[in-house]
Amino acid sequence: MKGSEVRIEGIDKRFGDFHALKDVSVVVRKGEFFSLLGPSGCGKTTLLRIIAGFETPSAGLVYVDGANILPLPPNRRHVNTIFQNYALFPHLTVFENVAFPLRLKKLSRQEINRKVEDYLTLTKLTGQEYKKPAQLSGGQKQRVAIARALVNEPDVLLLDEPLSALDAKLRQHMLIELDTIHDKIGITFIYVTHDQQEALSVSDHIAVMNEGRVVQVGNPTEIYESPEDIFVANFIGEANLFHGTVSSVEGEMVSVDVKDLGILNVTMEPGDLEGMRDFKPGKKVSITVRPEKINIAIEKPPDLQPDVFSFFPCVVEEVIYNGFQSKFFVKVSGGAQGPETGPGNGNFTVKAFKQHVSYYSAGPEIKWKDRAWIWWKADDAYLVEVHDA
Amino acid sequence: MKKNYGVIYTLPTGLWVSLFFLVPVIIVFLYSFLERGELGGVVWSFSLKAYQDMLSPTFLHILVITLLISLAATALTLLIALPCGYYMARSKKKSLYLFLIIIPFLTNFLIRIYAWQAILGNSGFLNNFLIRLGLIEDHIQFLYNEWAVIIVLVYSYLPYAILPLYSTIEKFDFSLLEAARDLGTSHPGSIMRVMIPNIRAGIVSAVLFTFIPTFGAYAVPKLVGGGKNSFMLGNIIADEILVNRNWPFASATSILITLVTTAALGLYMFANKSAARAAQRKKI
Repeated sequence: MKGSEVRIEGIDKRFGDFHALKDVSVVVRKGEFFSLLGPSGCGKTTLLRIIAGFETPSAGLVYVDGANILPLPPNRRHVNTIFQNYALFPHLTVFENVAFPLRLKKLSRQEINRKVEDYLTLTKLTGQEYKKPAQLSGGQKQRVAIARALVNEPDVLLLDEPLSALDAKLRQHMLIELDTIHDKIGITFIYVTHDQQEALSVSDHIAVMNEGRVVQVGNPTEIYESPEDIFVANFIGEANLFHGTVSSVEGEMVSVDVKDLGILNVTMEPGDLEGMRDFKPGKKVSITVRPEKINIAIEKPPDLQPDVFSFFPCVVEEVIYNGFQSKFFVKVSGGAQGPETGPGNGNFTVKAFKQHVSYYSAGPEIKWKDRAWIWWKADDAYLVEVHDA
Repeated sequence: MKKNYGVIYTLPTGLWVSLFFLVPVIIVFLYSFLERGELGGVVWSFSLKAYQDMLSPTFLHILVITLLISLAATALTLLIALPCGYYMARSKKKSLYLFLIIIPFLTNFLIRIYAWQAILGNSGFLNNFLIRLGLIEDHIQFLYNEWAVIIVLVYSYLPYAILPLYSTIEKFDFSLLEAARDLGTSHPGSIMRVMIPNIRAGIVSAVLFTFIPTFGAYAVPKLVGGGKNSFMLGNIIADEILVNRNWPFASATSILITLVTTAALGLYMFANKSAARAAQRKKI
């Protein structure tokens, strides 16, 4: 495995009164594609700039393969950056941009030519050598930035929201290409983004950041399926949140009383409850259910058992058709166990996403203002936070 | 076909420029090839005497002095203006600094030069200050030499150099410096390799805006200069017109100044073109 391990220990950074990073510790394994994901202002770019050497942390250390790199200036770190705006040198051609770091190293002419051609081929830029950056499209500029950052053969590549200036289609395409390049050269990638789709689709591990803190580190499935707190649940993908009080705990099954809605059942992972000694009825908790795990139909299936499923009558408030799926926003009334309380007068909006897996959908089409049923498995509900109070 | 009325729009300016700029230049050019009149003016017969007079050692000395002074003043101006423009462009108080740069223009140019006499004079502010500090016993002769001329020239044309530099540096993308650092340059290296080439247009404007007026300087060497090492071409012209009544020689000297400054402009344009051609060649 090429690349380096990056170990960030207790990094703190203040800009005047602004506390940008609060005791951040993260380990990036050798050669992995690691994402720093968070909303703007969460400190992810500051952390990247500290690794690159453009900012000095107020406290903490950054180790690359066990050596603290903080005393080194940016030009002596084996770390290269792809900047958000590409930062290509406008006075130099594509070839000279990529050759820039090699000329600094005073390599021989042949070696420079060979290396530049290699990396221009890798980034599919052959034939563009003598264009100036101003003559390139956004995607091509992006490729030049990649080639220029890689030609030095760094141990770690830092990517600062590299795709944010591209349109959606091209972004998808470049993301796959970045992933391919990562697979080919195998060095460590640290990728900063606010786009959870980007992070989920290519990362080996993701650190979710919020307000200067790392909230959760995990692989994409962990981040998506077992969010650490409400922030992560809301930030990654879409989520329905329910707040309630634990009414009973039986084995792995926790029943939660949600005000105005009724009882929701949550199946915990085996062993999850063991660590929580004071977890007992009366605790305030938050539950999340991903919209795509909620089923919706006009008719309630006859065989739903209340201890395995949660189901509610509802009224469809909004339907958003996306081609591959439809998003339903429904109002749910209280009373989980039947329509007798009357659907449609509740104040709970629940999102349910239905994938169009085949052209002919089962059952009648669900339209705006329809009365319908939603249901989900207790397994798919996730207890995201236990509140102290 | 659509008629191009643009030409008509340029007529007023065209007339103005030809009447008050081109025609005088032509007159001066013609006069330089005529014989001098006894009491000033010219005698209408062709002569190359004015240009032959330029080969005299006295004149050549003045030409060299003028070149040296204006080159030194230009270099010094650039050295001061570059960091100034850089600082202004990066500062949060840009408009304040721009205002400060423009303030000197509110006072007449000559009055500002007289102010320098008050500062640098033998009983001026600077000498008094140094004596009071006990750093010197007797006054230092600051005025009436080539150094005084250079200092005052730098002072006079500094704003003209700072403004174009400021405006190009302000447009410069400073993340390029970080990119250069990231790719392996030292901090001074990133300025030399990335910033300077990208603000070249501003540097060239600053150089031209300083070199052209200093090469033809008249008032500054007249008022703060003195001795044979700060007598410049501009002073010759005045002397030849007012004292020696040699109009053809004054005209020839004017033409020389025009030629040298035009050559400076031409050099700049040639450099631009050959850079473009070099880029073109690489493509093939």
